[in-house]
Amino acid sequence: MTTLTRNISEVRRSNLGERQLRRRRRTWTYLAMAALAAFFLFPLVFMFVSSLKPDGQILSDSDSIRAFLPVGDISLDNYAGVFDRVPVAQFMFNSIFVTVSIVGLGLVVNSMCGFALSRLQWKGRGLVLALIIATLIIPFETIAVPMVYWVSKLPTLVFEDGLLKYDFGWLNTYQVQIIPFVANAFSIFLFTQYFSTIPKSIDEAARIDGAGWFTIYRRIIVPLSGPAFATVAILTFLPAWNSYLWPLMVVQQEELRPVMVGMQYFFQLNTAWGEVMAYTSMITLPVLVVFLAFQRAFVSSVAASGVKG
Amino acid sequence: MKRRSLPVMVSLCAASALALTACGQAGQGGGSGDGPIELTMWTHSAGNPAELEVYDKIITDFNASQDEYEVVEEAFPQGAYNDAITAAAAANDLPCLLDMDGPIMPNWAWAGYIQPLDLPASITDELLPTAVGTYQDEIYSAGYWDAALSIFARKSVLDANGIRIPTVDEPWTIDEFDAALATLQSAGYATPLDIGAEDTGEWWSYAYSPMLQSAGGDEIDRDSMLSADGALNGPEAVDFFTWFQNAFKKGWTSSAGTIGNQEFVDDEVALSYTGVWNALASIEAVGDDLLILPPPDFGTGPKIGGGSWQWGISSSCNSPEGARAYLEFSFKDEYLAEFADKQIVIPATAGAEAQSLHFKEGGDLRPFVELSQKFALARPETPAYPVISSTFEKAAKDIMNGADVQSTLDGAVQEIDANIESNDGYGF
Amino acid sequence: MLQTTTHSAVAVSAAPTVPPSEKTGRTARARRRSNPAVRRERRAGLAMAAPAALLLILFLIIPVLLAFGLSFSNARLISPNPPRLVGIDNFLRAFSDPVFLRSTLNTFVFAAVVVPVQAGLGLLLAVLVNQKIRGVTAFRVIFFIPVVTSIVVVSILWKFMYQPDGLINSFIDSITFGAWQGTAWLNDPNTALGAIIVLSIWQAVGFHMLIWLSGLQTIPEELYEAARMDGASSWQQFANVTWPGLRSTMVFVLVTITIAALGLFVQIDVMTQGGPVNSTSTLVYQAVRKGYREQEIGYGAAISLIFFVLVLIVSVVQRYLTRDKED
Repeated sequence: MTTLTRNISEVRRSNLGERQLRRRRRTWTYLAMAALAAFFLFPLVFMFVSSLKPDGQILSDSDSIRAFLPVGDISLDNYAGVFDRVPVAQFMFNSIFVTVSIVGLGLVVNSMCGFALSRLQWKGRGLVLALIIATLIIPFETIAVPMVYWVSKLPTLVFEDGLLKYDFGWLNTYQVQIIPFVANAFSIFLFTQYFSTIPKSIDEAARIDGAGWFTIYRRIIVPLSGPAFATVAILTFLPAWNSYLWPLMVVQQEELRPVMVGMQYFFQLNTAWGEVMAYTSMITLPVLVVFLAFQRAFVSSVAASGVKG
Repeated sequence: MKRRSLPVMVSLCAASALALTACGQAGQGGGSGDGPIELTMWTHSAGNPAELEVYDKIITDFNASQDEYEVVEEAFPQGAYNDAITAAAAANDLPCLLDMDGPIMPNWAWAGYIQPLDLPASITDELLPTAVGTYQDEIYSAGYWDAALSIFARKSVLDANGIRIPTVDEPWTIDEFDAALATLQSAGYATPLDIGAEDTGEWWSYAYSPMLQSAGGDEIDRDSMLSADGALNGPEAVDFFTWFQNAFKKGWTSSAGTIGNQEFVDDEVALSYTGVWNALASIEAVGDDLLILPPPDFGTGPKIGGGSWQWGISSSCNSPEGARAYLEFSFKDEYLAEFADKQIVIPATAGAEAQSLHFKEGGDLRPFVELSQKFALARPETPAYPVISSTFEKAAKDIMNGADVQSTLDGAVQEIDANIESNDGYGF
Repeated sequence: MLQTTTHSAVAVSAAPTVPPSEKTGRTARARRRSNPAVRRERRAGLAMAAPAALLLILFLIIPVLLAFGLSFSNARLISPNPPRLVGIDNFLRAFSDPVFLRSTLNTFVFAAVVVPVQAGLGLLLAVLVNQKIRGVTAFRVIFFIPVVTSIVVVSILWKFMYQPDGLINSFIDSITFGAWQGTAWLNDPNTALGAIIVLSIWQAVGFHMLIWLSGLQTIPEELYEAARMDGASSWQQFANVTWPGLRSTMVFVLVTITIAALGLFVQIDVMTQGGPVNSTSTLVYQAVRKGYREQEIGYGAAISLIFFVLVLIVSVVQRYLTRDKED
């Protein structure tokens, strides 16, 4: 009897302790995450708050907590100033068009390549994979100059006098901002890795049912690989949206410029800091929206796929 | 059938590509002939509505004044302009008319990217000497204006601290300048001088090489243009850069803050070494109290950098006559005066000066005209200039941050000389 | 890899036709070659890899080869003098160029700090945001926000904050009650690279958190349940379930961070231009400065090539160290 009650109370006590422990741990987790959140957010809060202030005040507020608070002379003047200085809508359209093209084409081309490299047996496969991984090491900046020369010689199709003709030189086009960045070694690597975690037995079964390889890719592997596609989409979206050096070198017409080149419009003899902050806030927003959309797909597709590594 | 779709697609693509090559190259044969000849023109003025407005006006006027040529403008942001030009030059895709920062002109002329300007002497003779770009005795570029640097100060502050107000005829000696900075520092200005060191790029050579020249040194030996030895690392240069280093070490100036003149306007610094383009805003903020002073004399008299943005004609221009016609048309006093008042820069002709609100005799910015006439000195007119400028900037920044003066300058000289040698002397 | 949990119908029906193992014997291989299905497989493989391969050749391999050719010449971007072949002069010049040598050192110091710290912090963040607690999605997004902000913008912001009287120093001043004075972070050769390391990790760690997170989510919950039933502590769960399940993720994270770190460029270009006194110059920055800004494209290409070789060596060593030990 006594032993029994003691046991029960012991159990109850340890249960209580565990619950308490868990609660305490959760509190700590929240505290840690809140501190981290502050660390990751503060420069961006500074950016957004500053976009509402005149230049002089940004400077004088920058050494105190006021830098993060919308206090003083608050207005949307900087945003109005941005529209006076830069054709925002045109640049936004260009960036969206170029970025969506790079991401869209990239998902198709790179996932097909990843499929061929991870699930098909063919001669030279190992070599191709090794070469693609080797190209990962090439930072774009180091080949930018030979690239300019090279794309200025490439043939292209143009409409002239109602006829389709060919010409040389890709400068001043959308394609020069898109095509060189469609194939991406990182993406191929990621798709190859992800696809190889899907059991090969699935392919064999589909083969027996008479499916072709392209059908297997399209109808079976792609639907199972939501997370990989979401990751690659985010991965390729960012550099495309942020590209700066390349469009600067190959696009002279203002109508074709992307948003990042627009940044330079504010660095005149004196920097218009307030407008810089307003413009950067504006061009960061679409990326955040895209990420929010994708991060949901990213998480839910993991749950829905039914295949676990 | 479905299984074949991929190879079929590939071969279709190949076939269509083959077929298209039979269509003929664009732009070959059947030219349009009739309309006006298009002249492409690049400026560095994107994001600068005041300047673009004047260009738009000139272009509209020019296009309406005749029907042989049509000028089409493309504006680039200044910070990206030289990168864009370099890329376009590498791809052989330069426009007909292009503007360029004065000192880079000899490099482009040497490379064959621009051709002699061949404007009538009646135009170029009228311009400020530093608004005309000459290389190997040929004029390659000409500008509507020049800029000038000066030291901004408040009369009340100098008076209160018993500091003599310098004049063009009697500028501060370097000892006086040092004493003034020390006085102002003890009067409560943590860093009394905003020298502009937070900026990067061409500013460094533009702003500080005149000081070096005032001290008796230079960026290169201008007689031979073949070596920087003795000019950039001689005793005068070492003296100047030692002063430069000490100015930062003693806290007289700093590389913090933002580009521009805000610190002066807010009275956080007492003196500001900055350009004419900031003058109007400072007058608005400070009023009559504002002084526009000559830079100090480091030994051989004050010097300020000359040579701002100028226009040239590319060698690949399809119609140099048209480009010339446009430039001739554009060098009108009324346009120059308008640039001067909108951009706040010194107009390049006496006629435009008279028409300018700010720069005419008795105008509020007139002192800059005097400074420019008396002290302006062009940067070395050699194709090696881009390398000289970038090496100068790097060396000066290293010295600012505490590097040994003599060895840093020796290293810079070595780098410049090696570059000149590897380019077979750049034709000198 | 973990065993597949055969819930799906596809996987069940696949069971009878287990494909021949990778280590097929010689006879099996001979049989495969004559098999039309194998030929079709080869053709499909080639065709599906072709678009990407072709684009990579056009826009990566060919420019690299052009750079390779340029590196043996004294070609300049703008010059009336025809380029001359100069043999290995550019390479000899590089190895006697103190700025190049310093840039090499800086590049590797940067990578040596950033790779472990960023990978570790990323994993820590991923574990934090992988918990099933309320509001976790918001934190995921917040930690990722710096990644979606352009690195150019980020560099400008941090340069502003690193100033002697900027935000960072006033923050330090207030939390230490004035006991510790900050310095001019970017103007001191001793602190500039460190300052850039901090901002680089801040900017990119969210991305690797996401990659780790995708790895964490592929680990089946049943494994944790089993471990908990065996009475494993949180740390034991991490060491025995989580970490082994993250192998391929780890390889990917390490490779991507290493390559990104070695290619450091924008932060330097915006914030310090290699200074003060070369303390932040990197290989890629030096290649661009020489090859593009100073127009000595031959020398710039040579620096790029040396860079490729160094990174290749690092990658090979890294792959060797992280290889599957069971193989």
